[in-house]
Amino acid sequence: MQLTPEQQAILDGEKGETLAKVMKTIVMYGDIFGAEKLVPVTHADGHLVTSFGIALMKPLFSTMDALIEAGIQTKGKFTVDPRPLDYENVKCNLLEKLVFHIMYKKQADYEEQLKKVGLRDKDSFTCACYLPEVGNVPKKGDVLSWAESSAVVFANSVLGARCNRNSGMLDLFGSIVGYVPYFGLVTDEGRKATWKVYVKTSKIPEAQILGSAIGMKVMEDVPYVYGLDKFLGTEIDDEVTAYLKDFGAATASNGAVGLYHIDKLTPEAKEQGESLIAEGAKEYVVDDAELERVYKSYPLMWKKKDAKPDLCFIGCPHLTYGQLMKWTENLEAALKSAGRKKVKVRTIMTTPPQVREKFAKTPEYKKLTSMGVKVSSICPLMYTNNPITKSRAIITNSNKLRTYSVARYCKDEKILAVISGKEEI
Amino acid sequence: MKEFKGRVLAGGNWKGEAVVSKGGVNTLATFQKSALKNADKVIVSDQNNKDIYGLNITGKALCLPITIGSTTGGLVIQTVCAMKINPACFLFSEHIDSLAASGIVLAKVWENSDVIAIDMLGKEFLETVKTGDTIEVKEDGTVIVN
Repeated sequence: MQLTPEQQAILDGEKGETLAKVMKTIVMYGDIFGAEKLVPVTHADGHLVTSFGIALMKPLFSTMDALIEAGIQTKGKFTVDPRPLDYENVKCNLLEKLVFHIMYKKQADYEEQLKKVGLRDKDSFTCACYLPEVGNVPKKGDVLSWAESSAVVFANSVLGARCNRNSGMLDLFGSIVGYVPYFGLVTDEGRKATWKVYVKTSKIPEAQILGSAIGMKVMEDVPYVYGLDKFLGTEIDDEVTAYLKDFGAATASNGAVGLYHIDKLTPEAKEQGESLIAEGAKEYVVDDAELERVYKSYPLMWKKKDAKPDLCFIGCPHLTYGQLMKWTENLEAALKSAGRKKVKVRTIMTTPPQVREKFAKTPEYKKLTSMGVKVSSICPLMYTNNPITKSRAIITNSNKLRTYSVARYCKDEKILAVISGKEEI
Repeated sequence: MKEFKGRVLAGGNWKGEAVVSKGGVNTLATFQKSALKNADKVIVSDQNNKDIYGLNITGKALCLPITIGSTTGGLVIQTVCAMKINPACFLFSEHIDSLAASGIVLAKVWENSDVIAIDMLGKEFLETVKTGDTIEVKEDGTVIVN
């Protein structure tokens, strides 16, 4: 890799041993992918995936200590994934609390470390940092040093920014030195699609199942998706943003997709069309039967297979303002038709702190909470990491949460029917 | 006995048992349960990976195409290397992915780990090697499947 004199000086230790190790990590990482240079991060505000102070992650805390000791900070400020706990809105029994206390006993210390290195503010904990209310929104063509698979795939695909699927720590290191290696999704060539996916369903596919199907098929490749414009139109409005957020998160967690193009819709597909497709691209057709096959392939991981659900998480990734409004409307109607006033299954909806604040000022917030739903900014995934909560029968409409926990995936319609008491699971 | 040659990312000589995943290994889902329990070995907890679910991969050669899933992946690899419960070798049939690469680099630079990583061993490698096979890894990237 060719480094500039300034970059070489950092690598040689002229700005201290710790910063040299940071640069060495970035250079070694880039070398593995044949990167010939480092390029400047043009959207200085980072996003980190690691928000949780799990006691055993000693390498994370010791690296942060080393950075702080050396007086190292990020060039811009950064947002970070959601917090693992919210006792006010996500109640736990004593045993769960005890285990959480042991698991996340480094949380307060870690948040102090984050502040010292460049955390934007105390409300910067969300996986959906790119939503307008949160305001960490890159422009088309911006180069980023982000992690969090769902945020990276959204920034690349929907905003047209450029970011590799960086790991935790690499996201921070790039934000510190202000450079990332030039390879993969940062390059024009790396953004070419190597799969053509044809959506041939009879109605709009459930975003989370379509994303799961495509992720499992293409793995880390870039898909160019035909047929969604029929359902989503050709403009990215709030509703489409929410759809693409959920779709992308499923492609990234059920596979390793960092970028997708939607024909006639996403910015690069609109501009460049089929010239984005690489020669010899493979093909995959998704019809109703294929979606059903994928849906039915999800294993049921509950301890008691015939258990009745006792907790429902909606919002992984965090819900948009529009999604909260829609869930409120749909739940109100479902409860009315079931002849109930409150949800039958304890339900938590998760959303960024800024969206929660905005939503809390609306009459819909009162409606939703009076139906028994709690609105939180917790990370459901971190919550379900507790060995005690793992014995709970949790349902979710998140394919990401399903993948990393024992939660059972249900379609939106089923979730609504179950939590409103219209149907059993 | 069959011999394969890959690219050395983190070299070393080693001989031991293979554990094989034909599909992408979801790093977080694979390691999280054992890491969270502070266990002394990794029993694979990825419910979606039928090839390796429930197997012990500590000190083994994990043979895989790539890793997939959450971008905590690299940090998770660094952590299990720091805890010394990592697979002794990561043997990738394809070009290593960005998350696993991060993990290997973080483990090397920040933890002085002796983890071995070789990629681009080819599709035939993954078709040949089976869980339980004895594998010999050489410093120059040669992998011998017995």
